[in-house]
Amino acid sequence: MGYLRGFAVTFRQIFQRPVTTPYLIGKGPKAPKPERLHGRHVLNRYEDGMEKCIGCELCAGVCPARCIYVRGADNPPTDPVSPGERYGYVYEINYLRCIHCDLCVEACPTEAITETKLFEFSFTSRADAIYTKDELLVDEAGMPKHLPWEDWRPGEEEFTSGWVRATAPAGDASYEGRVGWSGELGFGVRAPEGDQESRDASGSAGRAS
Amino acid sequence: MSNDDGILNAGLEGVPHSVLTAPLEELVKWARVRSCMPATFGLACCAIEMMATGGPHYDLARLGMETFRASPRQADLMIVAGRVSQKMAPVLRQIYDQMVEPKWVISMGVCASSGGMFNNYAIVQGVDQVVPVDVYAPGCPPGPETLLHAILTLHDKIRTGELMRRPGEGAGLVIEQRDGQVDTPVTLGRRGDTPTSGLIGVERSAS
Repeated sequence: MGYLRGFAVTFRQIFQRPVTTPYLIGKGPKAPKPERLHGRHVLNRYEDGMEKCIGCELCAGVCPARCIYVRGADNPPTDPVSPGERYGYVYEINYLRCIHCDLCVEACPTEAITETKLFEFSFTSRADAIYTKDELLVDEAGMPKHLPWEDWRPGEEEFTSGWVRATAPAGDASYEGRVGWSGELGFGVRAPEGDQESRDASGSAGRAS
Repeated sequence: MSNDDGILNAGLEGVPHSVLTAPLEELVKWARVRSCMPATFGLACCAIEMMATGGPHYDLARLGMETFRASPRQADLMIVAGRVSQKMAPVLRQIYDQMVEPKWVISMGVCASSGGMFNNYAIVQGVDQVVPVDVYAPGCPPGPETLLHAILTLHDKIRTGELMRRPGEGAGLVIEQRDGQVDTPVTLGRRGDTPTSGLIGVERSAS
């Protein structure tokens, strides 16, 4: 009769809550994401609407997958696009090469490129996978563009900007808890992430939304 | 209805659309969407995420995909999960050829889609040079939700697509079928109409 105990184990599980994340496109909640997840990129703007990208191509240089293509151009003196001398005239990321390592975000001197938490997207054609500057750049309100093959949920834009960089430039621990980035459109200057001890104490365990 | 494309010449592909066939087509598509059995074809780290998608936390069985079939002859979806080396490419093609029609391919992860960061002599730079890919899932590796997104995108494609013709934007290469299922060479890409331009790194001859 020993086998009945095995059935009993199975039977007990019937009354337990399922662990499944009921995710479908546009339906069902997503599983909670780690606070520092690397998703699709955005190109940010300053609070006055100017683009942060200065076309220096450091992101393209550091990219291990060679998925970024940047071409800079001189700012027109009458109607500058970015506060610097140059701006990103062409900016393309091939998402069929990008490995989301975030080295471009680390390399960017102006925090123009950051990564969102959006990771639910797929393409039916190779051409869709190459994001141009129009698709990457945030809109007038500082919100990322929602493309038809991406599954954005309300409130996900909150995790879009330079704020997702946990500490300060280059991840130097001595910058922990200090604001090391400039204000940006739609979000302004945000409070930095707390230091590790306070995070451990509050038990937030690095989970966002 | 033209006689050239009749059912005698072109088989089921030649059946004209009509009031009678429309509900049947819907039914067939409905059945295909809800029983899309994937073949077990994990090649690298993406396979771990693929297994996670099959596990209880993401539960592919919700979508009627149930289990990964160990035999390609019982599968109609190939999830190419991982980098494809030059030596693996013929094997991949053989597995694809062994699958029965209708069959679909999801290229999971950047390595399968374009070679990813392995831009070298050993890795096939995009599995669509070998088989026609329907959906590309980006990421290194794609998370279970990205794979679910790709699978649901494929479901949409099956539901809204043609019953017999499957336009896949491949690399446009012409490949001989190895097992004699079809005696005409298979072109990876759209059948019949003009090749799409502007694809990355693919030179097409205007024929």
